[in-house]
Amino acid sequence: MTKSELIAELSSANPHLTSRDVDLIVATIFDEITTALSRGERVELRGFGAFTVKRRQARTGRNPRTGEAVPVDAKAVPFFKAGKELRERVNKGRPSKERPGA
Amino acid sequence: MNTVTRAQLSETIYAQVGLSRNESADLLEAVLDRMSAALEAGESVKISGFGTFSVRQKGRRVGRNPKTGEEVPILPRRVLVFRPSHVLKAHVNGMVPDDAGDGGDEE
Repeated sequence: MTKSELIAELSSANPHLTSRDVDLIVATIFDEITTALSRGERVELRGFGAFTVKRRQARTGRNPRTGEAVPVDAKAVPFFKAGKELRERVNKGRPSKERPGA
Repeated sequence: MNTVTRAQLSETIYAQVGLSRNESADLLEAVLDRMSAALEAGESVKISGFGTFSVRQKGRRVGRNPKTGEEVPILPRRVLVFRPSHVLKAHVNGMVPDDAGDGGDEE
């Protein structure tokens, strides 16, 4: 599913809205999440999941082709952890027993 | 640290789009529902400029209870992974991406 397919599905389920409205709604949601993350905040949507920013320290990497050491700067990485409900939906129909305590 | 929740997101929709507060909350829920349904069906969800959510099949493996050292089989399962687009990565690093390209996959 792409963003435009998502917009198309939502538009047909909500005939009272124009597809431009739906487009704006979808864009607003992802823009707002992006803005929050870029302020270093977390976004928590119960049942769906949480978006957070993880900080990575600077490290010495290696060019895999030449083996040469290259400094890698510290950076921030966006991270998503699926919520319990979504995790279970994705894994639906599969036995969840026999797992070690998480 | 401040946490953004459904309440703030639907408030932003209310302010930006001009729907009622109730309807803004409903539409936010509808967006999350549609995405969840696609993922449940094993489909990827690709939001350009933001990232790609996909479902990965994990095989059976032998795990170990770290406390007791006991071996426990981990059954095959499906897990969700999110790959942020380069646009989102640039934003969280305080950079404005020079090219608002397609996002999703790169590298």
